[in-house]
Amino acid sequence: MMSKVFKGRVITPGAVSAKALVSRGGFNTLASYQSAIMFGDKQVKCGDQNNPDIYKKPMINKAICLPETIGSTTGGMVLYTVCALGKAPACMLFSKPIDSLAASGAILAANWTETKMPVVDSLGEDFLDYVKDDMTVTVSEDGTVTVD
Amino acid sequence: MRTDVDSGSEMCYNLLEINREGEVTMVLNDEQQAILDGKRGETLSKVMKTLIMYGEAFGAERMIPVTSEYGHTVISFGIGVMRPVYELYDKMLEAGAKSFQGFSADPRPLDPEVPANFLQKLVFKIMYSQQERYEEQLKKFGIMSDDAYSCACYLPEVNNVPKRGDILSWAESSAVVYANSVLGARCNRNSGIIELMGMIAGVVPEFGLLTDEGRKADLIVEVKTEKMPVAQLLGSAVGMKAMERVPYIKGLDRFLGTELTDDVCAYLKDFGAATASNGSVGLYHIENLTPECKDFGEELVKDGAEVYVIDDKELERVKKSYPCIWKKQDAKPKLCFIGCPHLTMSQLIWWTEKIENGLKESGSRKVKVPTVLTTAPAVLKEFRNTPYAERLLSTGAILSYICPLMYMNNPLSKKMPVITSSNKLRTYTSAKYYDDSEILEIITKGGKK
Repeated sequence: MMSKVFKGRVITPGAVSAKALVSRGGFNTLASYQSAIMFGDKQVKCGDQNNPDIYKKPMINKAICLPETIGSTTGGMVLYTVCALGKAPACMLFSKPIDSLAASGAILAANWTETKMPVVDSLGEDFLDYVKDDMTVTVSEDGTVTVD
Repeated sequence: MRTDVDSGSEMCYNLLEINREGEVTMVLNDEQQAILDGKRGETLSKVMKTLIMYGEAFGAERMIPVTSEYGHTVISFGIGVMRPVYELYDKMLEAGAKSFQGFSADPRPLDPEVPANFLQKLVFKIMYSQQERYEEQLKKFGIMSDDAYSCACYLPEVNNVPKRGDILSWAESSAVVYANSVLGARCNRNSGIIELMGMIAGVVPEFGLLTDEGRKADLIVEVKTEKMPVAQLLGSAVGMKAMERVPYIKGLDRFLGTELTDDVCAYLKDFGAATASNGSVGLYHIENLTPECKDFGEELVKDGAEVYVIDDKELERVKKSYPCIWKKQDAKPKLCFIGCPHLTMSQLIWWTEKIENGLKESGSRKVKVPTVLTTAPAVLKEFRNTPYAERLLSTGAILSYICPLMYMNNPLSKKMPVITSSNKLRTYTSAKYYDDSEILEIITKGGKK
């Protein structure tokens, strides 16, 4: 199968390969994670009933592909906690420039936890049009994202 | 002083590492540089580094002082599973970190006044096992008072009302959008933890909504409804369309007028909370009404801004799109929450009169569904001194300072058929949304439209 390469901007560096989980609408961090964190869901299934793309799907160790995050300003704190608890996604890949809450979460995790969660933004609309659930996504240190 | 890689510390090197262009762009003054260099300890250096990285992700070129009298934190809950947050805060406190300003916090998660069965109470006790520990931490960081717990910290009774142009280090999406839009203060949609770090450092990176350019609108919303749109519904429609953009709203002054009266501010509070939770709006402008619109009008609109027309049909479409995750869709509601964000004094009075009239019409004395009206502790105190409090309580309604969201986080609450007029609560929980008139119908007559 053909692979396609996208180039984005590195927010927090790292290299990883993982299966994609795609949210085509805004990813509501609090709504997505709160049930899973609260009740110790090992698969970290998405709890956001307003996001049919990923609702009830496991998020742990996935390459979450999204346009941006939305919702509560607890968002960054939630991402930080998810990383500190070892329940982070493999990486977060944004088609748009990153929003302030997601950036906060990524930077807090990078500075204050042991977790390495590469975050790349500005991958473009083509990226989100192309990537589908369960495709293999490989992220390089320089922000290159290869989708197989 | 410009951070210099050659003469800098490991921190500077790390900054270089995160910069996409390969060079440090943030300009720091001597004091900021000294903190970053570790002159006030490793932990505070890390706090500064975090803020700098946050700014650099958005192209900020400098840190600017926080100028508001008070801050506000979105984290008000001591949830057991969030222990990494409290461990981080312990670490900062041990290093001598303290907010340079007093601050308020979001509402408390528990209130014995709010109905809960034995099992729910047990789960609450387990869930919020860190509450006491966390409130002690907030005291050490410098919270304004034991009563300073409300998402609507900008209400005059709470006394955390920023002035126009003030630079804030706040988090709480509904408070940030209100402070930016209605009060004309300047605050980014900061995350929990980051906002406290800004309060500790006394500076925030200058980008986004702190800049003139970042406050310009890139979406025009034309309100063409026949009657005044429901604030919570209009905000939801605008939020879903705008996402992170700044909307410039035309046609709403036909209904709201051109003055920020108490009622208008209450409307804008609910409207803004819905824009921020259904999307990620941090600032909106309303033509002829909000302060920056009054001064600059359409100069605030960027060239090429998309136009979104909202009529009654569009609002109906948005409302019908809300999913309901109740197992039994037509279940009889067991609880009703009104006040997310917390109600203003004028809203409490409005609800008192409406509930009384509704009950009178149905020939009933008490509400048909246990109904909790939530407000800030300071507003609650003042409201209790008015005759309305007794009138409201005599309808069977309950007054509380709780955060309804925190109540709904309990898995047993999640299974309950809870209704609300809050679009924010709808977004984050299993609560079903009805507008104010429908809620009134249900709680006073027991029926559904």
